[in-house]
Amino acid sequence: MIPVADCLLRTAEAHHDLADYRSELVPRWCNGCGDNAILTAMQRLCRDEDLAPEKTVFVSGIGCSSRLPHYMNTYGFHGTHGRALPIAEGVKLSRPDLSVFVSTGDGDCLSIGAAHWLHALRYNVDLTVLLHDNHIYGLTKKQASPTSPLGTKSNTTPMGSVLAPLNPLTITLGVQTASFVAQAVDWIPDLLYQVISAAYRHKGLSFVRILQRCPEFMPGLFDPWIQDPKRMLLLSHADGVTVGPALAKVYPNVRAHDPSDRAAARAIAEVEDPLPVGILYRDPAVPRYEELRHVGELRTVERVRRGLEAELDRFTIWPEDAATP
Amino acid sequence: MSETLLLETASTAPRRRVTAVAEHIVEVLSDSGEGAQRCGQAFAAIAARSGHGIWTLEIIPAEIQPPARSVAGASGNRIRLGGGRITNGGDEADLVVAFNEQVLIGRVAEGELKPGCLVLLESMWREDRDPAVAQAYAAAHADLVARGYRVIEIPMDRECRKLVPDPRRGKNMFVLGMLCSVYHLDLGLGREQIALTFGKKDAKVIATNVRLLEAGWAWAEEHLDFAFTIPTAQITEPQVVMNGNAALALGILASGMEICAMYPITPATSVSQHLTELFETVGGLVHQAEDEIAACAFAIGASYAGKCAVTITSGPGYSLKQEGIGLAVMAEIPLVVVDVQRGGPSTGQPTKPEQGDLLSALFGTHGDAPKIVLAVSGIEDCFYAMITARRIAETFNTVVIVLSDGSLATAQQPFPRPAFSEDWLAPPVDQSPVPEGARPYDWDEATGIFRRFIPGQPGGMHTVTGIAHDRDSHVAYDAASNEDGLRHRSLKLAALQRTLTCPEVFGDPDGDLLVVGWGSTKGAIEEAVAGLRAEGHRVASLHLRFIQPLPSGIGEILRRFARVITVEANWSDSPDDALIDEDNRRYAALAMLLRSRYLVDVGCWTESRGRPFKPGTIRAALLDELAKEKRG
Repeated sequence: MIPVADCLLRTAEAHHDLADYRSELVPRWCNGCGDNAILTAMQRLCRDEDLAPEKTVFVSGIGCSSRLPHYMNTYGFHGTHGRALPIAEGVKLSRPDLSVFVSTGDGDCLSIGAAHWLHALRYNVDLTVLLHDNHIYGLTKKQASPTSPLGTKSNTTPMGSVLAPLNPLTITLGVQTASFVAQAVDWIPDLLYQVISAAYRHKGLSFVRILQRCPEFMPGLFDPWIQDPKRMLLLSHADGVTVGPALAKVYPNVRAHDPSDRAAARAIAEVEDPLPVGILYRDPAVPRYEELRHVGELRTVERVRRGLEAELDRFTIWPEDAATP
Repeated sequence: MSETLLLETASTAPRRRVTAVAEHIVEVLSDSGEGAQRCGQAFAAIAARSGHGIWTLEIIPAEIQPPARSVAGASGNRIRLGGGRITNGGDEADLVVAFNEQVLIGRVAEGELKPGCLVLLESMWREDRDPAVAQAYAAAHADLVARGYRVIEIPMDRECRKLVPDPRRGKNMFVLGMLCSVYHLDLGLGREQIALTFGKKDAKVIATNVRLLEAGWAWAEEHLDFAFTIPTAQITEPQVVMNGNAALALGILASGMEICAMYPITPATSVSQHLTELFETVGGLVHQAEDEIAACAFAIGASYAGKCAVTITSGPGYSLKQEGIGLAVMAEIPLVVVDVQRGGPSTGQPTKPEQGDLLSALFGTHGDAPKIVLAVSGIEDCFYAMITARRIAETFNTVVIVLSDGSLATAQQPFPRPAFSEDWLAPPVDQSPVPEGARPYDWDEATGIFRRFIPGQPGGMHTVTGIAHDRDSHVAYDAASNEDGLRHRSLKLAALQRTLTCPEVFGDPDGDLLVVGWGSTKGAIEEAVAGLRAEGHRVASLHLRFIQPLPSGIGEILRRFARVITVEANWSDSPDDALIDEDNRRYAALAMLLRSRYLVDVGCWTESRGRPFKPGTIRAALLDELAKEKRG
């Protein structure tokens, strides 16, 4: 839609450091909240990819996760509960020249915005979607979410939750046009960074579920995995994330997984213990909605005029064609 | 009186009595899929090209494939044609063509036929092999005759069979030929219209249809003993004939809006469908979202990132968009929302018109959410309102709701062909650097207007939010910031209001009764008022286009009349109901608004019959009101 901006040469190559992506606001997340790690990873990604802050948009819904755009010194859209994805789709389809990221939580994406989640996977718009999954509603102070483990005691489930959690990875992989599916955890920053970096570079909707600690309402939830690194399953591939020797020393459970293997990805997603981390699936060939809809074509005044006149012609009675009474 | 026998035995053409009339209302009715709609539209187009004023209405069954020969299945058109400009569908029909007797029954029951109406009825059913059908036909025929209609049975099927194997396809063009004969319309125009209608098909199809047209014309010339002439006026300027939804679609194109997000819903969908075709050639995107909420959110995202976008819906979808509308108001993102109203509440009457959404347009969504509400008052207005709406939305960074309704959606009327102006389009998206120190919500103290920073503008980075925020767009829960935001968002309405001109009174500036209307009812109200004024009644009318904000000067107008009522197609309690008194009566939407704003005792007359207003019905209501005023 705005091709002119794309045509302009960048007169001076701008280089950015981390501070360029930090807004003047101090994050209001709790101490130990996993959102801090996600924010840091995002700022690092922006710096490393040298994203122009004015050409970058972070879109979010409502919840703790959705405060993230306020802490980025980029453009941001803190929307309504569950609607981050359709807002972000509108941004990207209107302005394909912008880099668009989405921060959403387990309540935001998997519950109130669940319809948008499935359809976003269908559209496959070029968005990087970060699902901050802490298994609880935090901002409303502890209610069970769609990913709360069975038996979670919360304000709405004082006797323990009775519904089994849903698995966002298997559901996402169940959508035929899902083109990038990955999982990361906030407590392994190196892998978190590698995963979101691959997600950003993927052309299409990249869905990254990030298991994120909520020390306030779900203290110790991930401790079994944090304290026993053997219970982590690191997915490694030359075309995925690479597990260096330092990491491999801490996390011995490394498995070679080819992200183009959908069946294997589904099998991995089914299992939560050991907990898989890495790129489960990637298919760069899935068509993107913005390509299919040819957005970004030049639309001149002349083109509008011609289109309108031609359409009006279809409805016009010309005096010379009218019958003479 | 039935004239079948007379006509069938007549071996020579009957002497034709040609009657000059000022106008006529014609209905063409068939089962769904028999082409009455196409016949009616073609007839209207020919009439318009002949210099008649026209207004057409679609008669649409609610179902896609209603059972054949059923009362509810009636599908077709009403065409009102006259000598001058026609602004509404009129009262009762003068002539009806029916492909079977069942499709007539509902129209008769609804009082849509004038006493003595001419009925041209397909006669094949009299000899149907199914005795039940033959019996039903005979009974209905007898009833029509007993009611005093002039029923002429016509063997349409038999005549068409001489030319085509399946008269279900083609009978409509035979009827078109008959109508051309009855209304002295040029058969050459009929042939041209067929070529236009079937333009995409091959020459053989066109030739067959032309033969059917000519056969219908010849049959009428030979067998019908009546014909009508209606005055014409030579067209001097090019006219476009289209329905309200097409005018909305063209208006959106003309406004420069490039993105429309929608979800299918009756009767709004055809706007987006039409727009989809237009954008194929011109560029632009019609996004069919997964639901109404997503459609609204998508449009907001698209608007936020550059140029104003539009989302189009009808009642139930409008309810779902409330959350998004509140967001756009709060974050001050331009957005145009079109609501083609239908009968409500809930699923209501999807194919029937109503003006039931005014209050939700004005006050919908939680909290104080000031937005602009514009109601289109005719088909031409559908076109220009979209240009106005886009401009206001972008100038004031706010939501503009455009209300149309089902009675404009499918009604057709000629209006002067719009002359394209570059000024209609939005300027290119601002990508210039933001001045140092400028703040995202730098509200003007007096007007609340500010310059929005758009992604891509260096130095303008900020995060918009639906949460209460300060001028830096930072979340702010303090009292001062909250009231600062509320105040400036509200001031924008006043700023727009100062630029609006007061609508003109139709009729004298003072008198016994003022009728206030809004939206699609303008033509019918003014026709009723003009008729009463011609008879010496001191009645006038006022039609509102901007309903929020209301232009200055309306209060003074209201006070110049002894009595003021609104006429609206929505619900209001009847004072005649036993429980209803002044303490509990629910007034019509606009009446309620005018009463509260101007402290004038505005009454109301409403009808929710799911059909376009008839000038005759309004006339009767106004006469009642005038009589009350005299007694009072």
